[in-house]
Amino acid sequence: MRELSLNVMDIAQNSVTANASLITITVNESDKDDFLDIFIEDNGKGMTKEQVQSVIDPFFTTRKTRKVGLGIPLFKMAAEQTGGYLTIESQVGIGTKVHAHFVKSSVDMTPLGDINSTVKILIQCNPCLDFVFNHSTDIGEFTLDTRELREVLGEDVPLSTPDVLEWIGGFLEEQSDIIYGGA
Amino acid sequence: MKSLAELQAIRDKAKLELNMRHENPDAIRVLVGMATCGIAAGARPVLNAFTEEVAKRNLQDVTITQTGCIGICQFEPVVEIEIPGEDKVTYVKMTPEKVAKVVNDHIVNRNVVTEYTIGAYK
Ligand SMILES: Nc1ncnc2c1ncn2[C@@H]1O[C@H](COP(=O)(O)OP(=O)(O)OP(=O)(O)O)[C@@H](O)[C@H]1O
Ligand code: FES
Ligand SMILES: [Mg+2]
Repeated sequence: MRELSLNVMDIAQNSVTANASLITITVNESDKDDFLDIFIEDNGKGMTKEQVQSVIDPFFTTRKTRKVGLGIPLFKMAAEQTGGYLTIESQVGIGTKVHAHFVKSSVDMTPLGDINSTVKILIQCNPCLDFVFNHSTDIGEFTLDTRELREVLGEDVPLSTPDVLEWIGGFLEEQSDIIYGGA
Repeated sequence: MKSLAELQAIRDKAKLELNMRHENPDAIRVLVGMATCGIAAGARPVLNAFTEEVAKRNLQDVTITQTGCIGICQFEPVVEIEIPGEDKVTYVKMTPEKVAKVVNDHIVNRNVVTEYTIGAYK
């Protein structure tokens, strides 16, 4: 993938498929301490230890019954090529947490890219699910929590209403400008 | 600054519009393939372009959403358009540049853009 934000969209899709009702995406980055961490956490159906193992290492799996997925291996490769790593914690019936750690200054670092667009599309395409997005830098941090927006909007106005999506896009843009030291 | 007060105003306006308009059974669905392969091939800007074009023309009753694996990786980004009562049309190797023509010709004027469909590539 050309941008990590595309990997994030892909990994979050797994959470949607796993019937999650709440998906939390966290990006913590620091130039000072030279890291970028991405967490994708859900309350979906979860995986057994064995499943997690075969998902992380699809080419060493003993199972031949289904096609091998590419989403997680690609994300893992992007992390490892910077000297980082990827871990998955999962519990059946509870949920899954994917954590990718990147060494930001590595020449093999893939840029984060347009993470705001990823968040917006996830909300647009899954208006019945809740998303929490946290983003922090050396300068500051912010959170978008669709549960709070839903409280304001009430039951009749879905998150996928065009004006609402535009508000969300504007909010994300403003906030990320601030934590990237812009306007 | 984007404030929650602003969001409240959006809610009130949207509620008014909801009351005036009843659910249209002829809603058109635009489905963008967003499996790993689709995303890697550039599905995200295509989905954004559809959203923008539909908003720009203020088309009601067009929903744009993602779908998973369509099973034709080599043709990604793939977009399916479903108009009730008509055959589903599959557009392949989509780009943001092709979107305006598809919205104008197919969604608005109901003429399939044959040269972008899967039939033209097979
Ligand atoms: N959050 C999750 N909750 C439950 N199961 C998951 C989760 N993430 C991944 N899995 C399991 O791991 C498998 C592999 O995921 P991966 O993203 O690598 O490939 P995929 O989704 O099967 O295919 P694709 O290449 O289209 O992404 C999934 O099919 C699913 O069974
Ligand atoms: S994995 Fe490519 S179309 Fe399904
Ligand atoms: Mg996947």
